[in-house]
Amino acid sequence: MPLSNEEVARLARLARLSIPDGSADATRKQLDSIFVLMTQLQSVDTTGIEPMSHPQELPARLREDAVTETNRRATFQAIAPQAEAGLYLVPKVIE
Amino acid sequence: MTSAPFFDAPVSALRRALDEKDISSVELASLFLDRIEAFDSGLNAFITVDRERALADARAADERIARKGTGALTGIPLAYKDVFCTEGMLTTCASKMLSNFVSPYDAHAVTLLKQAGTVNLGKTNMDECAMGSSSETSYYGPVKNPWNPAHVSGGSSGGSAAAVAARLAPIAAGSDTGGSVRQPAAFCGITGIKATYGLISRFGMIAYASSLDQAGVFGASASDCALLLSAMTGFDPRDSTSLDRPTENYAAAIEAPSPNPARPLDGLTIGVPDEFFSEGLGDETRAAIEQALAQYRALGASTRKIALPNARLAIPVCYVIAMAEASSNLSRFDGVRYGHRAAEYADLVDMYCKSRSEGFGAEVQRRILAGTFVLSHGYYDAYYLQAQKLRRLITEDFKRAFAECDLIAAPTAPVTAWPLGAMSDDPVQMYLADIYTTPVNLAGLPGLSHPCGFDTAGLPIGLQLIGDYFSESRLLAATHRFQQATDWHLRRPAIARTSA
Repeated sequence: MPLSNEEVARLARLARLSIPDGSADATRKQLDSIFVLMTQLQSVDTTGIEPMSHPQELPARLREDAVTETNRRATFQAIAPQAEAGLYLVPKVIE
Repeated sequence: MTSAPFFDAPVSALRRALDEKDISSVELASLFLDRIEAFDSGLNAFITVDRERALADARAADERIARKGTGALTGIPLAYKDVFCTEGMLTTCASKMLSNFVSPYDAHAVTLLKQAGTVNLGKTNMDECAMGSSSETSYYGPVKNPWNPAHVSGGSSGGSAAAVAARLAPIAAGSDTGGSVRQPAAFCGITGIKATYGLISRFGMIAYASSLDQAGVFGASASDCALLLSAMTGFDPRDSTSLDRPTENYAAAIEAPSPNPARPLDGLTIGVPDEFFSEGLGDETRAAIEQALAQYRALGASTRKIALPNARLAIPVCYVIAMAEASSNLSRFDGVRYGHRAAEYADLVDMYCKSRSEGFGAEVQRRILAGTFVLSHGYYDAYYLQAQKLRRLITEDFKRAFAECDLIAAPTAPVTAWPLGAMSDDPVQMYLADIYTTPVNLAGLPGLSHPCGFDTAGLPIGLQLIGDYFSESRLLAATHRFQQATDWHLRRPAIARTSA
């Protein structure tokens, strides 16, 4: 089931990636070859098999609802591309 | 010097030399730092080397040694794959996205190794975001194989493997999502072990595929690996998949005397899966593996055929799951909180898209797109859910196999290290080279690769041993017995026989 360039563009939108105009065909072809490999999965009947999401299959560990972290905001924001007054700055999203 | 030079000595010998003041930790660190400076330009095994920091670690270790407050690794230099966060030090994951990321915290494994008194020589090169089998997708350029710099080191932990093989570091840490410790260990002719899933905390290891990622270690021998592995394991509440169980001293376990020294592996049953010796396996690799199995039998082990019928689907299963988890994990790189941000953008979404497309290389973007596809509406059941069901079948094959044998032996990779660039245009061809390693990650089992021969081009061949959950001691002990009787693990590329 080969992808169309429109489907690749949709995936890129979902993944927040921008594919340069010139490389759309190359990207589509490489994804197609990956999906040919992945389609081998359809060759096995898995009716009644429970999906396995994790090797240990243990229940999620719970802990007391207590504060365990110290406030390191200044340290973390020191490596941000743009931060000011304790806030991460991004382009305006509300007009 | 009649014995091995310090840069090629076993860690246990370095321990004795440090304790007996034959060498100080500062001298030892300087020796390796000088080797990195002299030789790494030809290998590209390191992304970051911080001499001052390493020497500070070494001075602290020397003080501990003077106070006789030492553990097995106090004052021992090591290197970290650049997937491990190191506080105050560049941590790039070999990606432009993190090329400016000075980590504000340490990975749990790094914390443990700091407490053990180790000396951090630097951060090693790798495939970008650990996505690759050759360490060629790095933003910092490819790692070269110490045995032949025209060939790849394997990957994704290629820098750690090459550093140990070239004796630029005595031991190193890596990570393994589909073979990324075992395969570069095989390609570089050293020993590497990936732990049981959950044994080493993933906290502070930059995530690729969370249900598959597990740390591992590299050394010249099983006994060097055992020392490093013992120091990295342990429960960590900050990793929700960390297992709360007593830690083991693997180094002590492998030194346990055998009641029958002539046949120290008496009673050990090694399963040999037919599926791992079928089409695609190189003739020279097959011959070396069969010779190694004969050696194991000579040491007292018995071998028997076992079946892993679903393992043939491990590549598509592993890649569907890994890419799906990667597309989710890598959504954190948004150019807002850390990492690369594009210089120009029209609005917020444009900023995300440009920052990510500029920050990630081609292979990472391909995997994010493929992962987005298999998780998207209408395809989830056919790909992701189907892969999870097959994951169970593959895991159950192993459970059945371990009812009949103690360890499983197989090639680590179907081929030896290929020439640089040989597979760069065909990503799927490269994925297929992970055929023997991916099933182990799907099941979450421990796996080890040790050298067992060379091809006619002089490139190393690795034997993979797979154990049941928490059988690291058994894996390392069997390898140790093999290495006591053979000298494959003592072979060195020319670069590792040369003083700086």
